[in-house]
Amino acid sequence: MAGNSVKAKLRKRKIKAFVRQVLANKMALFGTVVLLLFILVAIFGPLLVPFSVLEFGEVEDMLNPPGPGHILGTDDMGRDVLGYLIAGSRISLLVGALATGISMVIGTVIGIVSGYSGKVIDNVLMRITDFFLVIPWLPLMMVLAAILGTSIWNIIVVIGVTSWAGTARVVRSQTLSVRENQFVERTVSIGAGSGHIMLHHILPNVFPLVFANTILIAAAAITSETTLSFLGLGDPAHASWGMMLHYAFETGATSTGAWWYFLPPGLCVVAVVLAFTLMGYAFDEILNPKLKER
Amino acid sequence: MNKKRLVKKLLYAAITIFFVLVFNYFLFRILPGDILSMLSRSGKTTPEMVANIREMYGLDLPWYQQFFVYLENLFTGDLGTSFIYKKPVAEVIGSRILPTVILLGVAEVLAIVVGIVFGIVSAWKRGKAIDTGLLSTSLLLYSMPTFWLGMMLILIFCVNLRLFPINGMVTPGRVFADTWAYINDVVRHMILPMACMALVMIGEYAITMRSTMIDVLSEDYITTAKAKGFSNGYVLRRHAMPNAMLPMITLIAINLGLIVGGAIQIETVFSWPGLGNLMYGALVNRDYPLLQGVFLLTTVTVILANLLSDILYEVVDPRVKSMGD
Amino acid sequence: MKLLEVNNLKTYFKTSKGMLKAVDDVSFDLEHGEALGLVGESGCGKTTSALSIARLLPKEGRIVGGQILLDGRDVIPAPESELRRRRWTDVSIIFQGAMNALNPVMTVGKQISEAIVLHEKASEADALRKTKDLLELVEIPSDRYKHYPHEFSGGMKQRAMIAMALACDPKLIIGDEPTTALDVMIQAQILNLLERLRRELSMGMILITHDLAILGETCDKIAVMYAGKIVETGSVKDIFEDARHPYTKRLIGCFPNVKGPKAVPDGIEGFPPNLLDPPGGCAFHPRCEFARDLCQVQTPESVNVGGKHIVACHLKEARQ
Repeated sequence: MAGNSVKAKLRKRKIKAFVRQVLANKMALFGTVVLLLFILVAIFGPLLVPFSVLEFGEVEDMLNPPGPGHILGTDDMGRDVLGYLIAGSRISLLVGALATGISMVIGTVIGIVSGYSGKVIDNVLMRITDFFLVIPWLPLMMVLAAILGTSIWNIIVVIGVTSWAGTARVVRSQTLSVRENQFVERTVSIGAGSGHIMLHHILPNVFPLVFANTILIAAAAITSETTLSFLGLGDPAHASWGMMLHYAFETGATSTGAWWYFLPPGLCVVAVVLAFTLMGYAFDEILNPKLKER
Repeated sequence: MNKKRLVKKLLYAAITIFFVLVFNYFLFRILPGDILSMLSRSGKTTPEMVANIREMYGLDLPWYQQFFVYLENLFTGDLGTSFIYKKPVAEVIGSRILPTVILLGVAEVLAIVVGIVFGIVSAWKRGKAIDTGLLSTSLLLYSMPTFWLGMMLILIFCVNLRLFPINGMVTPGRVFADTWAYINDVVRHMILPMACMALVMIGEYAITMRSTMIDVLSEDYITTAKAKGFSNGYVLRRHAMPNAMLPMITLIAINLGLIVGGAIQIETVFSWPGLGNLMYGALVNRDYPLLQGVFLLTTVTVILANLLSDILYEVVDPRVKSMGD
Repeated sequence: MKLLEVNNLKTYFKTSKGMLKAVDDVSFDLEHGEALGLVGESGCGKTTSALSIARLLPKEGRIVGGQILLDGRDVIPAPESELRRRRWTDVSIIFQGAMNALNPVMTVGKQISEAIVLHEKASEADALRKTKDLLELVEIPSDRYKHYPHEFSGGMKQRAMIAMALACDPKLIIGDEPTTALDVMIQAQILNLLERLRRELSMGMILITHDLAILGETCDKIAVMYAGKIVETGSVKDIFEDARHPYTKRLIGCFPNVKGPKAVPDGIEGFPPNLLDPPGGCAFHPRCEFARDLCQVQTPESVNVGGKHIVACHLKEARQ
């Protein structure tokens, strides 16, 4: 259909304009650059680092401050902190990404269905959403993780399943305003089914906002995984930055001042979360017309 | 305020609390395997305890009856018996409430005051160096995991500067000459965890206050107030602030859920003997009754606090107040 | 001594795209008790002129030249402390759109009486009494002083703003589009009220609007602004019956005359000028049907064409 190519061209132009705005925005630029750096390190890092993470060192290697051979020192097992850090980046970023994905999907689906259906379905879904919004996140995650077990997949699911509420609310209000759009009314009148409308008309309009929101959710997901791992709910077989911090604390690195053990992983988390946050704010600014700087 | 709306709010809160009760109840049930056999095998319980649990939870009754047993127990204040402490959960919790309340209370007040001041200064001097500085600091604090900030504070102030004790609420084994010496000791232990909690909150309060204030300061009624000849201080205090504080009330309420999460982390890192630490311990030792009890308490408290602030907001904002009449 | 003398006022705004000449060499004056109508399109500098007089410009705006003499004293070099004392007692403003000009969390009565307490050092009780009187004056039941702005209708809010502006018996009241957002019936009501009060209290008034029609009833003289400059000044009669400047003529033509022949009013072609980079010479020349070569290069000076009637145009017919 001719209409499709016009739509496609329009979309391409919109994307180009968006990218241009992103590059112009200092916050977004910083965030994107930092993030790309970490992703690159996560993917290629372990190839550059000759140490195996699980390789233990000798007794005299334990908890050494930074020195020759170990730029960031060693941990309580004699392992190289830098190598551990790089290996951990994979887990932290992966868990964050997958959990965010789950959260985004659930939140978007519920938000659109709720906003579009209205009345009873809307009410019920919103009550459930409110429930998840009001319950304090950490106790909830702790309890769920304690019950379900601490395998890495469980952690991903737990985080994903407890953080969709904010997205759902945002998507729902956007759906409500899109629904009022004349275009949707006309589509209904020519007999299009609800599913079709939600998928092809509401979703594309809601997507920019979801995108901005997702970035912020990612920041929260990484923080959540780090915190859960620190509290002992991480998967010992897959060491993330949070797990490093857990072991650091458990083995008394704080009280003995072994800063090289817990400072680097923490800084990595801060950097990634900051990057996501700045990107999220910048995207929100660009994509949300109501938030234009005065 | 409108009676009808008040009732509606109370109803919603009650429903949410009920959901929490149901959720809490089923949590115990979805443990894989037979609970009792698992408990007996775990080595943490005695046969008497197992029999006690069976009777208390009515585990030999059909599930719907079990639920009522559970509710009944709940309303008589019986939250079960802790595996580790071998005492009623309610009692264990009761002994830990005060330290947490003190810690959170002081930290929250400090965070609100400082956060508001930072936010106002930032908004007033928007775009200038101090605004950028405060904003960056707030963002940085906001991006840090709470427990990590605690660890850093310990590193700097306890290990390197040797200013404060590393953990606990009181120096163990010390005998105190009088109450003041005791309080002094507690305060010395409290400063870092409280500072950590406050720092985490300040970032968010400052950022929100800043954007709210910027919005308010651009309104026409501020120009009108200036046109009347009032000083900047008066305009800020009597015209801008009352308007800017309204969204803050909502924010403080929303933050209560986050504070709980923060408290758990901080109490763990600093070994502060409060509810957060208790929950962590219950988790590590898989002390399910205790875990459930603390979870229930914190969740219900947050729900009630949200309800309270919701009502408070309606009372305070004249636009909303008269809408219902 | 005149109440107000504005001489060669220049107010510029610093923007990221350059210097915006919002008010570029504007002069007019006002006697005590006289009413001046300041008219022109959006963005022509009317509001900026008013804000300059009241010295309430936003951060980006600066008065870069000229004099503003209020009762003979220049307010431009005056220090902030002196300005604060004179605010509301010398000059008060009624802003456009009273919806936002009233603080939503403060009672209407308090917003009126706080000015009285400040400037007249009155007690709360005395201020309240005066507030109630003021409310009655603008035909609002006095017991509504304890209500909040959202409990007032649009017209009532505007009247409350008028009461507020009168609180300290100002010598000059500036109304910036005080009736734009209101429907025609209420508009007439408000204008009548303003006119009556002005005469009773012999206040000076500057009425800013883009609607020429309302000025006929309420003002003594009119100044027409375009692109930051005044193109014509004169008494109401001068302007309506003997408009000289092409822009003024078109403005009058834009508004349908109830009594005149039934014809579709002509708009003015073209778009409002960009004040960051205004057209050379006479700023109106791109849209003027009589424009000549001279108009493109030289800014016309103001010429007196009889009595108080002044025009700034190169055309011979305009300057006779």
